[in-house]
Amino acid sequence: MSGVGRIVRAGGRRRVQSVVMALTTLLAVTASVLAAGLLVASQAPFDKGFAKQQGAHLTAAFDAALVTPDAVAATAAGSAASAGPFRTVSLRPTTASSGGSSGRPIPEGVTLPPAALVGRADAAGPVDRLDLTAGRWATATGEIVWAAGQGPFEVGDRITFADAPGRPTLTVVGLARSVSGTAEAWTTPQQLAAMVAEKAGGYQMLYRFTDAATEAQLTAHRTAIAGAVPADAMTGATSYLTVKHTAERTAATFVPFVVAFGVLGLCMSVLIIGVVVSGSVGAATRRIGILKAVGFTPAQVTRAYVGQALIPAVVGTVLGVVLGNLAAVPVLHEQSEAFGTAPMTIEPWVSVVVPLAALAAVAATAFVPALRAGRLHTVGALSVGRTPVAGRGRTARRLLGRLPLPRPVSLGLANPFTSPSRSATIVAAVALGALGVTFGVGLATSLADIQEGLNRRDAGAVVVHARMGPPPGPAAPGQEPPTAAERAATAAKVTAAVQAQPGTRRTFSTAEVELSVSGLAGATSVVVFDGDASWGSYEMISGRWFDGPGQVVVPTAFLRATGLRLGDTVTLSGTGRSVKARIVGESLDLSQDGRVVVTDAVTLAGLGDGVELRGFELHVDLAAGVTAKSYVDDLNAVLEPLGAGAEVNVADISSTVVAMDTLAATLTVLLVVVAGMGVLNTVVLDTRERVHDLGVFKALGMSPRQTVAMVLTSVAGTGLLAGAIGVPAGILLHHAVLPAMGRAAGTGLPPGYIAVFDLPMVLPLVLGGLVIAGCGALLPAGWAARIRTATALRTE
Amino acid sequence: MTAPLIQISDVSKRYDDGPPALAGLTLRIDAGEAVAVLGASGSGKSTLLNLIAGLDRPTSGSVTVDGVRVDGLGEAASAKYRRARIGMVFQFFNLVDDLTVHDNVLLPAQLAGVPRGEATARAGELLERLGVQRHARAFPGRLSGGERQRVAVARALMNRPSLLLADEPTGALDTASGREVRDLLTALHRDGQTVVLVTHDTTLAQECATRTVELVDGRLSRDVRHAGAHAAGGAR
Repeated sequence: MSGVGRIVRAGGRRRVQSVVMALTTLLAVTASVLAAGLLVASQAPFDKGFAKQQGAHLTAAFDAALVTPDAVAATAAGSAASAGPFRTVSLRPTTASSGGSSGRPIPEGVTLPPAALVGRADAAGPVDRLDLTAGRWATATGEIVWAAGQGPFEVGDRITFADAPGRPTLTVVGLARSVSGTAEAWTTPQQLAAMVAEKAGGYQMLYRFTDAATEAQLTAHRTAIAGAVPADAMTGATSYLTVKHTAERTAATFVPFVVAFGVLGLCMSVLIIGVVVSGSVGAATRRIGILKAVGFTPAQVTRAYVGQALIPAVVGTVLGVVLGNLAAVPVLHEQSEAFGTAPMTIEPWVSVVVPLAALAAVAATAFVPALRAGRLHTVGALSVGRTPVAGRGRTARRLLGRLPLPRPVSLGLANPFTSPSRSATIVAAVALGALGVTFGVGLATSLADIQEGLNRRDAGAVVVHARMGPPPGPAAPGQEPPTAAERAATAAKVTAAVQAQPGTRRTFSTAEVELSVSGLAGATSVVVFDGDASWGSYEMISGRWFDGPGQVVVPTAFLRATGLRLGDTVTLSGTGRSVKARIVGESLDLSQDGRVVVTDAVTLAGLGDGVELRGFELHVDLAAGVTAKSYVDDLNAVLEPLGAGAEVNVADISSTVVAMDTLAATLTVLLVVVAGMGVLNTVVLDTRERVHDLGVFKALGMSPRQTVAMVLTSVAGTGLLAGAIGVPAGILLHHAVLPAMGRAAGTGLPPGYIAVFDLPMVLPLVLGGLVIAGCGALLPAGWAARIRTATALRTE
Repeated sequence: MTAPLIQISDVSKRYDDGPPALAGLTLRIDAGEAVAVLGASGSGKSTLLNLIAGLDRPTSGSVTVDGVRVDGLGEAASAKYRRARIGMVFQFFNLVDDLTVHDNVLLPAQLAGVPRGEATARAGELLERLGVQRHARAFPGRLSGGERQRVAVARALMNRPSLLLADEPTGALDTASGREVRDLLTALHRDGQTVVLVTHDTTLAQECATRTVELVDGRLSRDVRHAGAHAAGGAR
């Protein structure tokens, strides 16, 4: 065994330091692997999932009344692969009973918006190979598979389709994910056929092409398919590029904060490793002198100490890679849920490159103090004891000793001044931890606010839907769509019925109409409010909610797309007429990629009676003490004859927000633990170096409690200072990252959603640095309290 | 017959698998005595001092000091016991280098929670009495060995202990400084302070102690009272 090897092995006997080093490296590598892995995974989740599932480049829908299945199948002639035709129908599901185990607060009897159902025999096939995320595929009548993340359902839930013949109730037997988003639910072809009349509903056909890279190529294919069937038979075709754009926009919102956490993690790793290795070499200075006195060369000493740092680091790194990959599983699961893609894993190369980089950082960080060790003058090194150089921090000790504090406390408070550089490093580490906590808390608070703000688009405890246009399916011979007067009459009847219902406090209605808007190509959705909507206005980013006719509110994306600003005028055209309205507010609204205009019904009066409103909804605020469920039950009895229905308004919880919260919480916890480990290591080093003084204090009567107090207060100043630095830095980071996330999502954010840090929140966060430092010091404080006085006094 | 200040009964102490540092030692020391414990290296002298100070526990037997069973005390009770009853002087002074002389002397009182004014007055009085008042604001590193040991003695007396323990108090001092410390300990004993000192220095034992105890391999081999030792008396 070589001399160097023996030194390295002897290093292993410094158990506490080696364990701390291994744990710190473990946590740093875990955080780095997780952050880097997520960063990489978030780069192209849609492409990966799409390739894995052989996603559909084009998903075409056909009217069953106008085309035969054979004619639909024949449209696949020019494609590289195809699947279908599958029968489809759009039906409104009503919750029948909950069979899932999670106990979600979805009440029975709630009718949800229409869902696209597809009859499909299996999940496999040449195109759109669905991933079953729970349960199994539907194989028998009465079974249905729901799209994962697309509804509140779980395996075992039962759903009634009241609009279908025979009002069938189906059981959810599985949850599946389609990257192409081809349906919201699937059932067997036989079951679907039973739920739709002979010529009603439609067919779905899925295509893959060899040339599908651009929208133009897909448009050409779309045109060719439409030309292969009777006129108007193809009712729509969705390009995968549209789905991809939406999915990647979601993914892009993750990038700013994952990058922020990743950078924090890496900085923290370098810092802590530096503290640990420098401390390790510094604590062994006298031993180095002995080694050199017996004939070790400077190079051998340097190699030995780099090697000594690398042994626990390698152990920690290997475990960190494993832990990082394991920790990524639930987070990536949430992320893939948010992206609507197949489950992802950390790229293998991340698990190689990150640990290698971490070990290189350890070696580089260790090299500097190791080189110093190698160059130490032998006699000088031999004369160095373990106690820090006397003289440092004396002024601080003297001044603090004058304060009316218990002596152990003032002794502890003065301790950081005896090793200023080490204390500064640990302040930086804890500050990074406090920064991470502040950023994580701010992120969670802002995300909750944003979720709440987005939910304001759907105000009211109860929402009433009424059909304003022709019933679904092909029009009966001779049937004319309802006139404006008839639609108005229906709306008035429904509104009157709701307002007459006991328990109703106030209402307003919304409906949608497709209009041309100056500056935007194609149709734009205009949401029309009627009634006093002051209590149900959208969350505003800037400007204000409209308070009269001729005013509109638009999302950020609309302003960006049109180049308009608040105060500008926008022209809305339809039915051959136009009206002008002034943009008075920028709203928080991510629906329809921001291509939406919100205004008062009177604004559109100039367009005449030809405007075809659809999706009439009456938003109902209930009187105090009224239960939404019982109110809805009573109201539905009244509304059914009017062709309307009420449902409890269930607040949305975005899976993207859940994924972000999970990820931010995981990374924050890791940062805090790494910071705590840094403190632990520093206090262990300090305590070891000052163990003789500790023996003296104990010999003079310092009790274990006083010892613990002294050690804990030795990090109190560090913690407070770190909190005072880390919290403002975290707030600044939050203020930089949140808008970047908003921009990635295509929206600005209300200032109040960014400025979430008020005094009651900031004060505990500042104390958070103290808590991190205190937790890190707790173990060595206990060790210091337990050490035998005689043993400590014998220590050099 | 009055109760002894220190009663050591059949005490043995063994470290790991080595030979016993103390083997069935029984010793009684009365208040006002000045006892010198002599013996070769490894004879058990320092172990005996540590047991009396509550810094270590015997493997068997009992140690009672000033009515307190020291061998059964927990860490916290042991610390309180030392604060209230024991003053310790070490061979290498064990002053805290980063604290001034004054702050070193104050330390036991501060740990015991003595009011600041009272502690400061007591520290000033001790520094004056031991002739190191002029060094009150200095750090120990600037003092001579004899001066440092005087500071250590002042610190040991801070809480008016019933027992002063000194472990080779002149072991690290030159001849002149050693004499200073010998005179100091003698004077303290003359003033009524009970002193137990461990030493190789027979001169110190003869001049300071009223009684000499010699240990060999952890056992009591000799226990001699000095006929011509100075008389005890006066207040501490």
